[in-house]
Amino acid sequence: MIGYDEWHYDVLVIGAGGAGLRAAIEASATGARVGVICKSLLGKAHTVMAEGGIAAALSNVDERDNWQVHFTDTMRGGQYINNWRMAELHAREAPKCVHELESWGALFDRTEDGRILQRNFGGHKYPRLAHVGDRTGLEMIRTLQDHGIHMGMEVHMECTIISLLKDEGRIAGAFGYDRQRGGFILFHAPAVILATGGVGRAYRITSNSWEYSGDGHALAYQAGAALVDMEFLQFHPTGMVWPPGVQGILVTEGVRGEGGILLNNKNERFMFNDIPPLYRNQTADSPEEGWRYTQGDRDARRPPELLTRDHVARCIVREIREGRGSPHKGVYLDISWIREKMPDAPGFIRRKLPGMYHQFKKLAGIDITKEPMEVGPTTHYMMGGVMVDADTQMSTIPGLFAAGECAAGLHGANRLGGNSLSDLLVFGKRAGLYAAEFASQNKAGKTDDVNIQSLADDAVSFFRQADGENPYAVMTALQEMMQDFAGIVRTESELLQAKESLIQFRQRARKVRVEGNREYNNAWHTALDLQHMIIVSEAITLAAIYRKESRGAHFRIDYPDPDPVNGKMNQVIRKGSDGRMHVESIPLKPVRPDLQQLIDEMK
Amino acid sequence: MIMNAEFQIWRGGKDSAGRFESYSIETTEGMVVLDAVHHIQSNQAPDLAVRWNCKAGKCGSCSAEINGTPKLMCMTRLSELPVGQPVTIAPLKAFPLIRDLVTDVSWNFRVKKKIPPFRPRKPDAPDGTWRIAQEDIDRVQEFRKCIECFLCQDVCHVLRDHQQFESFSGPRYMVYLAALEMHPLDVEDRIPLIKKENGIGLCNITKCCTAVCPEEIRITDNAIIPLKERVVDRFYDPIRKLFNLFK
Repeated sequence: MIGYDEWHYDVLVIGAGGAGLRAAIEASATGARVGVICKSLLGKAHTVMAEGGIAAALSNVDERDNWQVHFTDTMRGGQYINNWRMAELHAREAPKCVHELESWGALFDRTEDGRILQRNFGGHKYPRLAHVGDRTGLEMIRTLQDHGIHMGMEVHMECTIISLLKDEGRIAGAFGYDRQRGGFILFHAPAVILATGGVGRAYRITSNSWEYSGDGHALAYQAGAALVDMEFLQFHPTGMVWPPGVQGILVTEGVRGEGGILLNNKNERFMFNDIPPLYRNQTADSPEEGWRYTQGDRDARRPPELLTRDHVARCIVREIREGRGSPHKGVYLDISWIREKMPDAPGFIRRKLPGMYHQFKKLAGIDITKEPMEVGPTTHYMMGGVMVDADTQMSTIPGLFAAGECAAGLHGANRLGGNSLSDLLVFGKRAGLYAAEFASQNKAGKTDDVNIQSLADDAVSFFRQADGENPYAVMTALQEMMQDFAGIVRTESELLQAKESLIQFRQRARKVRVEGNREYNNAWHTALDLQHMIIVSEAITLAAIYRKESRGAHFRIDYPDPDPVNGKMNQVIRKGSDGRMHVESIPLKPVRPDLQQLIDEMK
Repeated sequence: MIMNAEFQIWRGGKDSAGRFESYSIETTEGMVVLDAVHHIQSNQAPDLAVRWNCKAGKCGSCSAEINGTPKLMCMTRLSELPVGQPVTIAPLKAFPLIRDLVTDVSWNFRVKKKIPPFRPRKPDAPDGTWRIAQEDIDRVQEFRKCIECFLCQDVCHVLRDHQQFESFSGPRYMVYLAALEMHPLDVEDRIPLIKKENGIGLCNITKCCTAVCPEEIRITDNAIIPLKERVVDRFYDPIRKLFNLFK
């Protein structure tokens, strides 16, 4: 018998980034007993890395902006396979959520008349991102954390969930372990919210930290919930490429929003060479017009550097592959050139992009006010995830909710920058509200001790492996394989190779060997995370094989164009009764006529 | 440039006698201490306990004492350390050890919970929003940059050497209190608390906290001293005292 602690909640929130904390606050406000699971310490989640801002049509800077424009921008960015109802709710509710954050103490940069300032970002027609310098994510998570701790929620820090528990088809709780002591914990709850973030750790080059092993995706899948859009993985165009240790660390799109330009080794502004038809009308004709746009000229159109992330990332890959890259296999991102345009450029850069200035100075020895940065694409954000009801965020399993990055729908084939932080707020809040409502109407289900014993035994089995591999080595090999075969540019043959090798990886991962004991043993944590990484890798690969077209972040060289038939479908992934992963294409729901009209009018 | 480097890393749990273990690795250009620790963990010491997250100096998880100085491992490049000498990496000394490089920093979270939260003035506009000048935002930005790495808590001698955890909240919470007190919208009064429960008087402004802050927050000059002045104004102003006497 393996022992475990037990906790009882009305709502259990798994994850304590922006979505998890926002959900926990909302659920607590209804009077529900709320438990929050933090994989790390409280306030360290990846939301702190969000730099650019929160997209919300406050129309403080340009009064032509409104929720309708934000909605159509989001749909266009997602290449129209988004869940349109989520895109509508998001655009309508984001402004209120930003104000709510301010009423809890968040401070944003201001306009001349003292309102919240908004900045330009890729794919957003008007300046829309509420921000504070380039550390908006930190401001947001700290505000939610400092507000949340006074709401009565119980926070379980450094705790990881390894399985969801069900009772007769609906959710009953979750089972996990405490990192510090290595003990197991059983959580009973009639409603569980997944807010676990992304999957970036399945790739070698990523902006994500160790936490992002697709836990929510894998937990939901294992419990029988449907996943959707898993082929759409965003590669952020600008990650650091040098030195090797920092490869993948994010360089905010805000650099381009403030006037930064992309150059190849011929000093050519290559983004002007390839502008997609969908955006031709909205893109500047000349560098001069692009510069005027970044300076707030309302008649100017955006520079091509601010096209959507999927497109910019692909253009960068092309430059590198065709030999026009920088010495460390990137391209140049230059903000220092604005010296030609403004007297106090270095001061402006340090004020607007203090984090970037510090990051490059410290880690790469580069002064971004004087010289260009070297950047390249980095695995950044999973558009796909748990399939949820747009209004309530409930998954296909009663009582199981999902919000934020681990839920799917809002972003479609490609997420616009800034739409993530607003997503966390809008849908975190909704998930919290509806999970609490569900919990008030349903008693906690029963958990089965035999099942729990077998989960615990599985988890500790790695200590018994006599001659298994090192878990870090298997993880690194997996990351290399996914980077090479299911990365930014995909083909059928490579994806099939990935699918084949994942069969091997699954076996290798089951047999990794861990030494020592359970107290804060990073090797053991890696062995357990690896199981989740393999499930999401498989889901990404299968969905990518099935989508035989290129759309948004999913780029297939063997099918380089969008296909109208595929463009009307979502790929849904489920665990079959045979225990294997199944993919099914389901047709998109027809867009409500008034929203379709908006889309058509603003095309 | 590839060269060999030696690392002395603290190994041991709370119940065992700890010691520095020596590891030697080949380093690469631009490597930071956390890269070296990860390299050692992957290849030589799989169960080495280390806490980290963003690897970009933004989350404040990988705090440790490198060659005796509290630093973030992810922001310390090997090239800034003395060449040819072993690099020592030890856990934060002010907090109870969990294992290897990981310490129990939960005290910090308990302290924060006891500080009365932000309470805004009534909204300025009928739509429930506020008007704030940019310069008022800029003034508190310095404090709000804090990444809660607790290096300042670790180096503060009131906590580290004198273990005054019951009577002093430490530099991190002086910064937090300054952020709240100087927040342009906040109307809560925390001055009596800052004097008593948070124990600001125990700080004798040695500025060790400022020296180790990775965010370069001028903790002593900009947070602690202004708060001390507010406490003095409230409690020790002779004219006010006299006035109170006859009130």
